[in-house]
Amino acid sequence: MSIPKHPRFAMRGMHKTFGATIALDNVDFVVSPGEIHALIGENGAGKSTLMKVLSGALQPDAGEMTVDGSPFTPTSPLQARQQGVVMIYQELSLAPHLTVVENVLLGMEITRHGLLQKSDMHALVQNALAELDHADIDPHARVSTLTIAERQIVEIARALSVQCRVLVLDEPTSSLTRADADRLFRVMQRLKARNLAIVYISHFLEEIKEVADQFTVLRDGKKAGSGLVASTPISDIVHLMVGRQIDDFFPRSNRTPGEPLLDLKNLAGDPLPHSASLVLHRGEVLGIGGLIGAGRTELLRALFGLDPIRKGHITFAHNTVRATPAQRLAQGMGLLSEDRKDEGLAQSMSLADNLTLSRLPRGIISPRKLRAITRQWISRLGIRTSGPAQPIADLSGGNQQKVALARLLHHDVACLLLDEPTRGIDIASKADIYHLIDQLATQGKAILLVSSYLPELLGICDRIAVMYRGRLSPARPVDKCSEHSLMLEATGQEAAL
Amino acid sequence: MNHLSRFAPLLGLFMVYGLFAILGPDSFSSGRNLETIARQTAIVGTAALGMTLVIIAGGIDLSVGSIIALTTVTIAASLQAGLSPVFAALIGILTGTLCGLVNGLIITRFRVVPFIVTLGTLLLLRGIAKGLADEQKIDAPLTYLIDLLAALPRDAWWIFPPGVWLLIILALLTGGFLAYTRPGKHIVAIGSNENTARLCGIRVEATKLLVYALAGTSAGIAGLLQFSRLTVGDPTVAVGLELDVIAAVVIGGGSLSGGEGSVLGSVVGALIMTVIRSGCSQMGLPNWVQEIVTGIIIVIAVAVDRLRHRER
Repeated sequence: MSIPKHPRFAMRGMHKTFGATIALDNVDFVVSPGEIHALIGENGAGKSTLMKVLSGALQPDAGEMTVDGSPFTPTSPLQARQQGVVMIYQELSLAPHLTVVENVLLGMEITRHGLLQKSDMHALVQNALAELDHADIDPHARVSTLTIAERQIVEIARALSVQCRVLVLDEPTSSLTRADADRLFRVMQRLKARNLAIVYISHFLEEIKEVADQFTVLRDGKKAGSGLVASTPISDIVHLMVGRQIDDFFPRSNRTPGEPLLDLKNLAGDPLPHSASLVLHRGEVLGIGGLIGAGRTELLRALFGLDPIRKGHITFAHNTVRATPAQRLAQGMGLLSEDRKDEGLAQSMSLADNLTLSRLPRGIISPRKLRAITRQWISRLGIRTSGPAQPIADLSGGNQQKVALARLLHHDVACLLLDEPTRGIDIASKADIYHLIDQLATQGKAILLVSSYLPELLGICDRIAVMYRGRLSPARPVDKCSEHSLMLEATGQEAAL
Repeated sequence: MNHLSRFAPLLGLFMVYGLFAILGPDSFSSGRNLETIARQTAIVGTAALGMTLVIIAGGIDLSVGSIIALTTVTIAASLQAGLSPVFAALIGILTGTLCGLVNGLIITRFRVVPFIVTLGTLLLLRGIAKGLADEQKIDAPLTYLIDLLAALPRDAWWIFPPGVWLLIILALLTGGFLAYTRPGKHIVAIGSNENTARLCGIRVEATKLLVYALAGTSAGIAGLLQFSRLTVGDPTVAVGLELDVIAAVVIGGGSLSGGEGSVLGSVVGALIMTVIRSGCSQMGLPNWVQEIVTGIIIVIAVAVDRLRHRER
């Protein structure tokens, strides 16, 4: 292969400010054809600003961009697309009521005399899908019937149909199963062979290690470093991201489990889980591993009274009757939702309103008192905010998650059901939340933790159970588990153990 | 919510009023006319109190016009049957509450969207009102109920007729209820994010039922005011009034996707519409001009609101 004259995409001296905040400070970012380049950084590091500049959604204050050596100055996402720079966002942008063909060729339908040439369109899309190793997707299927992984492939097919030269994937694996993620990585390798430049944004450093060639780390709007993925250990990348060494990332104090607080016998939900039994003690952190879709979230929701229970028994703090969420909260159980945006927090309400929502006083409410309570939690959990009245939507993901946790703490629940508590949040907040969980366990709270992130499960739990297709395995002490054994159990191959 | 947006509807009211004060005849800015404007706002303003709760909770109630008509009919019929005025008024208001409860029950039990349910009860209740009244106006003996919105209060120190004072007191109570009580905050939370509300143990169905019952009650009180203006029970009154009521809430900052709105804003929204009507008619402008102006104001109010959201 000859060395190309120009990089496929280059950004030099990029500068962007919002008021007093410097979002991008003299950033250089270069991607060659046939390269997968990981863009890494914590939330707020400038990644999303950089992407918005790249996609034409924001205009930079200074700096220049080129695609294949020619100037690239998009003023809208449409223009960027026309010049071959396509973004695929976490929230996919397909029309669910249209078919795969209609989505891929939306706006570029093949017509003759004003009539759609359906068979030509079908053939074109079928070829595109086959080229992406996904001939199994039916071009006539409605997009709403496809899985998230299949929808992503449809988006990529759409990108290719506009002669895409630079493809940007924003957290593409965050809602995929491991198997689907692997398949996506194979698709990326194919695209790489077609000389596309791929910008890959992810929080999962292990995946970056697996799939990317180059990396660039952003921190506080500046380029903190870049290099070859193969020759850089993960710990060095983390160091670049946070700018300091994080000691004791997974704290685990000496905990002594107390009396049993929650006891499940053959619990079955509708439709998931099929069968789950466990005993959770005060003062312990019990982890639940498994793949997305195995029924872990459903288990927590059924426990908390949000989802129906088909059969089985729950004993919580001597209560054996099925309960509504309001009753569970009164009994001392709280749930942290996996979905901050659509369930965990009311985005249009203030921090104070969100934090106190489950435990508002009766009678006349004093807003001043609510603000005072909120200020206490802000300082106790180190929430970065302008104050109790700030709308929750203006906070970073990590700080939002702390507010959602603070609500459970303010309610003073004895048992915390935590569903993916650190998903999509920055590393510093993760560390804070791990320390908080450890502290709560030593105070005698019972914690049931669902997580897809194995190092986290192994790092902070006392015991771990694994959910596979709606069935929960018996919990084992953490020193009897490894990433390997958990992965085998999560994929239903415990016989190999 | 920042301060500018909170007072945007009030600013709009002053602008519209100022415009007519300059362009219109001198009689427009007289104290007498101010009193008329307040009196003409009372019915829509009272119904808008309940609608504000419904819209903040993420719902809609299209049946308020029909509830108002039905209420005037039940009040007139009760008076005709020889009941005391207080009792007749109470029956009227409870009619509204009952209608609201029916709306709320269908919405929460059968999980039908509020738009469809209240579209159904809009027709249904109008039909009941016409049936009860035998498709005629029902005459009622003259009682002090008709003084609620009478043009000339008996004593000058009243300034406004009692119906306007009723609106002011109810508005203060509703505003306080929303901001300073637990059910009030729960209503906002449900409109902002129903899933979060459930997660926090809020009894979503019971709270919604309360919201629609309160909306029915406020429509019932508006019906009482309507009766006092008509002095008869009229099953064909207030057709399409629900749109004025919704417009008042939306002009006042209510968002049809829920979670936002203010009682003060809704009352101001109702006032803005009355001022336009009064100003146009005093300038001798025909009815269709009023309609165009009101329509433009609604669209501008919502567009400004959207722009403000995008800036955030």
